[in-house]
Amino acid sequence: MATHSLKHALFCAVVTLIIAYPILGLDLEARGTSVVLAGADTATVVSVLAAALVVFVFQLFRHRILGSLGTMPSLNPFANREPMPQDKRQRLETIALVVLVVAALIWPFFVSRGAVDLATLVLIYIMLALGLNVVVGLAGLLDLGYVAFYAVGAYTFALLHQYFGVSFWVALPVGAGLAATFGLLLGFPVLRLRGDYLAIVTLGFGEIIRILLNNMTWLTGGPNGIGGIPDPTVFGMEFGRRVKEEGNVSFHEIFDVAYSGSHKIIVLYLIALVLALFTALVIRRFTKMPVGRSWEALREDEIAARSLGLSRTAVKLSAFTIGAFFAGFAGTVFASKQGFISPESFVFLESAIILAIVVLGGMGSQLGVILAAVAVIILPELAREFSEYRMLIFGAAMVLMMVWRPQGLLPMRRIHIEINKQE
Amino acid sequence: MQDVLYFLQQLINGLTIGSAYALIAIGYTMVYGIIGMINFAHGEIYMIGAYTALITITGLASLGVAWLPLVLLVALICAMLVSSSMGWAVERVAYRPVRGRHRLIPLISAIGMSIFLQNYVHLAQGSRNIGFPALIEGGFQFGAADSFQTSISYMQITIFITTLICMTVLSLFISRSRIGRACRAVSQDLGMANLLGIDTNRIISATFVIGAALAAVAGLLLGMYYGSIDPLFGFIAGLKAFTAAVLGGIGSIPGAMLGGLILGVSESMTSGYLSGEYKDVVSFGLLILILLFKPTGLLGKPEVEKI
Repeated sequence: MATHSLKHALFCAVVTLIIAYPILGLDLEARGTSVVLAGADTATVVSVLAAALVVFVFQLFRHRILGSLGTMPSLNPFANREPMPQDKRQRLETIALVVLVVAALIWPFFVSRGAVDLATLVLIYIMLALGLNVVVGLAGLLDLGYVAFYAVGAYTFALLHQYFGVSFWVALPVGAGLAATFGLLLGFPVLRLRGDYLAIVTLGFGEIIRILLNNMTWLTGGPNGIGGIPDPTVFGMEFGRRVKEEGNVSFHEIFDVAYSGSHKIIVLYLIALVLALFTALVIRRFTKMPVGRSWEALREDEIAARSLGLSRTAVKLSAFTIGAFFAGFAGTVFASKQGFISPESFVFLESAIILAIVVLGGMGSQLGVILAAVAVIILPELAREFSEYRMLIFGAAMVLMMVWRPQGLLPMRRIHIEINKQE
Repeated sequence: MQDVLYFLQQLINGLTIGSAYALIAIGYTMVYGIIGMINFAHGEIYMIGAYTALITITGLASLGVAWLPLVLLVALICAMLVSSSMGWAVERVAYRPVRGRHRLIPLISAIGMSIFLQNYVHLAQGSRNIGFPALIEGGFQFGAADSFQTSISYMQITIFITTLICMTVLSLFISRSRIGRACRAVSQDLGMANLLGIDTNRIISATFVIGAALAAVAGLLLGMYYGSIDPLFGFIAGLKAFTAAVLGGIGSIPGAMLGGLILGVSESMTSGYLSGEYKDVVSFGLLILILLFKPTGLLGKPEVEKI
């Protein structure tokens, strides 16, 4: 046993060296037209060797280390606690939710513009993640091209404004509706595919949409994108310094307050907050309706659900369409927030980030998904000095999360009825 | 006559790219055949193979080694070694602990691994694309000198022949060797193979190593063919190769070859007759159509749903 683990540890250390040294230790540098090889600095080489040593020691004493980890007291003191009674839990949840919403409403008036702007972005991701949560978390359909529907929403608003001068409030339902139509059209043929194929087809669809946006220059401006997308108005009031559209009035003139650049940002934040709340409430309602129950039923056991008379296509299609609808919703808000969109914003990585939020939060759990969206978007901003390593850490975190806590931060707890035990 | 020559040229280009896709597709198809997961990080392993090959070639050039067959052979061996180690390590770290869980979980782990590896190379080697020296130059020309000429470069011939050799060796390995037989047994029924005394963990590792080695070969070949590489170079190629694997019927090795060739030809026909920008649209569109009308792919076996 001892020689076996020694051999194994040695092998692992050598593999570490092989995969780390050529890529990290030897740098390719372009000098003019030719490429030369430069050795990296000593620190890198030493750390590669150190990494190999760590792997060696860990693999050698693997059983002992893992064994002692197992006997350590649990970090989470609540891990083995009985779950709270259901009515108490629901009451607590309601209180927490109300406090959260009130705090979110007051908060932007006391902080900097940058923070509010970031919060708006978080709200957009919350909308996206809640929508994807319906598709992946509740219905169990793996959609890797979710960003396509987001793009449809954003581009609908941008194009409608560019060609017809349509305002935000008209574009919002139109964009969401169009995204839902795309979802319906794509979903109809592909939803009978098995899980992994569905993932790849949706991924391909996402790429197709992005390539089309990139190349239909006559319509979408190609890689240059579309600019000049207006901010939302509230009852015909604009929040800029000057009124851009005829018939509108400006906010600071009507209320006779000094113009401030933060009005616009706060209003956008509040609109995003209202829309995110709307998304959350609508989806919450859906999960309690027969259609929501049938999503979960089909996810858990397709054959049983079908033998109880559920139509597989109809149920899956409804989830897919609703998910796409909210992506279009978020897309419209995003276009309005940025004022400029280009295909760059709708790459596969976006889909992966949204999926990571859903998985991190705990598939199906709304509160978990919201918390995860906050964490995934805010944490990289806080760690700006590590911005180079951001995506590296993001990828590693995705893997580690799957290995250690695949159920997510706050796993979904289904509503259930407890039957009193007979004494 | 000229049209025929033009068509031939597109066909040759397509078959060249397609055979390299087929090499990458083998990795996807074998892994899927055995553990039923999409190894999303496979494209990145191919990219790492290309980087290692370039590092080796540059290193040898600075040492003054100039004999071409030696340079290529050493680069190939180094690339295969690093890529297969990477494939092994990826399976060990990211896939083995999550094996057997809900099917979404390995897939997300794989996506995370893919993002990680992309950024690993990005941080270590920079994000700019680096020129890959064209070591094999020249070729044959057909057709009259004053009109369109069909050309086959030596590079294209090298890609063909290397792919052919790799595929033959792989087929022999799978059909004759002990490990190959074990691979087939595991892909038919993992649990049963385990009961019969096959070390399934080792076989799964072997699958990853073989797939990664073939991806490294493709990395060297396509790196030279395209003339430059960058850290994102694996992503699209990986998607294409996966498409090829699905086209041919995932889990089937001849299917991967057929799928790769079909994909390569349809791509080069699109860029030759329509526009280069739409070639990705055509290949993904082809994938969607195939899946709609023949979900098991061209050579795949129909799957029986057991209750």
